[in-house]
Amino acid sequence: MPQNGYRKPLPSPSPETRPFWDACKRHELSLPFCRSCQQFHFYPRHFCPHCGGRDIEWRTASGRGKLYTFAIQYRAWHPGWSDDVPYVTALVQLDEGPRLFTNIIGVAPDPRTLHCDMPVEVVFEDINDEISLPKFRPVQRPATSRSRSRSRRG
Amino acid sequence: MVDSGEKAKAGWLKRIAIVGADESDEIGIVPHKSSLQLHAEAALNALEDAGIAKSDVDAVLTAGAGWSASLQVAEYLGIQPTYTDSTSVGGSSFVIHVEHAAAAIAAGLIDVALITHGQSGHSDRFRGGGRRDMEAWSPAAQFELPYHVGGAPTQYSMACMRHMHEYGTTHEQLAEIAVATRKWAMLNPRAMMRDPITIDDVLSSRWVSYPFHLLDCCLVTDAGGAVVVTSAERARACRRKPVWVLGSGEATTHQTIMSMPDLTTTPASISGPRAFQMAGVSHRDIDVVEVYDSFTYTALVTLEALGFCQPGEGGAFVSGQRTAPGGDFPMNTNGGGLSYTHPGMYGMFLLIEATRQLRGECGDRQVPGARLACVNGTGGTLSSTGTLILGVD
Repeated sequence: MPQNGYRKPLPSPSPETRPFWDACKRHELSLPFCRSCQQFHFYPRHFCPHCGGRDIEWRTASGRGKLYTFAIQYRAWHPGWSDDVPYVTALVQLDEGPRLFTNIIGVAPDPRTLHCDMPVEVVFEDINDEISLPKFRPVQRPATSRSRSRSRRG
Repeated sequence: MVDSGEKAKAGWLKRIAIVGADESDEIGIVPHKSSLQLHAEAALNALEDAGIAKSDVDAVLTAGAGWSASLQVAEYLGIQPTYTDSTSVGGSSFVIHVEHAAAAIAAGLIDVALITHGQSGHSDRFRGGGRRDMEAWSPAAQFELPYHVGGAPTQYSMACMRHMHEYGTTHEQLAEIAVATRKWAMLNPRAMMRDPITIDDVLSSRWVSYPFHLLDCCLVTDAGGAVVVTSAERARACRRKPVWVLGSGEATTHQTIMSMPDLTTTPASISGPRAFQMAGVSHRDIDVVEVYDSFTYTALVTLEALGFCQPGEGGAFVSGQRTAPGGDFPMNTNGGGLSYTHPGMYGMFLLIEATRQLRGECGDRQVPGARLACVNGTGGTLSSTGTLILGVD
């Protein structure tokens, strides 16, 4: 149980995934990259699920991507979320390619403010000494006419 | 990948039949019976339906009953099978079991396969104890649970959202399926929900997981079901006319939704063509369609994935109550998981209804002259599918 009364499930990093979680602690999004086929993957494996190669290195990702899809959750299902509903679950497609399951924060949980393909950026939520969770928020853009017309789409 | 010509020749071509099918004695809210009792009631009822003795069963196939489902169920039933399959890929498992049983029968390993399901999806929530946990180092535990704990509705809704974004699918189109399916349930005495509903009722029901309203979501019930699969030789001696397994296909593409390759389709885009090709029939030959409807969206996207319409056209396809009684596309004629029963995994009940329709046993809801059925089970987070083409002489 985390020390600060945090009630949601927390990840238990494994040796295979530890570099990801350690990077999150530094507020960096680090992804496994295959030197053989030159592709990122996620969730982290010690080999490449695309080509089967084992020559993997960790690379720091941009932390930017788009909201591939989302849902607004109206039921808590678990006591940890009982004060949070409604809240937003999402799949974010990173600029580097992989998709992450995450929450969208910093925006009203409302289909009028959220839409697929809107640009999002990572923000780290420090939970305890070991875990910082990468979550995402809409990219704060200057209100130019171009970005306005984009944000109305969809 | 088997060469398509070779596969067609190797098909089941009236060598394999479903000869028994039934539910447990009670379905719905059954707090006084364990899930194993539901398995057993259904198994005995299906064997009785077939006219096959329990002692003649040489294969038990099942899913969901603990760490070794087929061991658990065979022991409870008092069967010592020489072939067993606990393939567990969600609610589609039982449809996939038919293909696995067919393969074993065609190979001459067995002659009578019993596929069972029992689940106290409603009542188990109040019984305490016996919980199973996910391994701490599993991908879902590390990379999904910190953001969300929830059931299927919370993830299928994310797939539906992407479909709505890419194709403009609407809440009203999804509601068409809920309303049409309820009309079928009103004709089925065993269905749980038998009061009529309107599109407005669906749209005004509370949100569960946007974009899903409550009435976009299936029931959560207690129920059992079983089917008996056997060879053509034995089938011809059975009590009822054989329901031939003419074609089958299965496919899985992922487990966790973060790894789902394309959120706007399902593995039925792989299993469907395999089944149709093996059976040598086309979509317009199909008289009745039984597809998994854990959510209205599941049925809609499945029609696209199976090829009954093009990707993105599912909304238009189901509009105007086309899938309702009297419509030109009879679908989910028992009332589906949405209105008849859905104990958590639903695939078994697709098999039972398709069998009954093809035998002409469905009374008020009978599709006149139904000779050919398409069944598609979906499991996991749109992870796995089994497709069958079934037919009668």
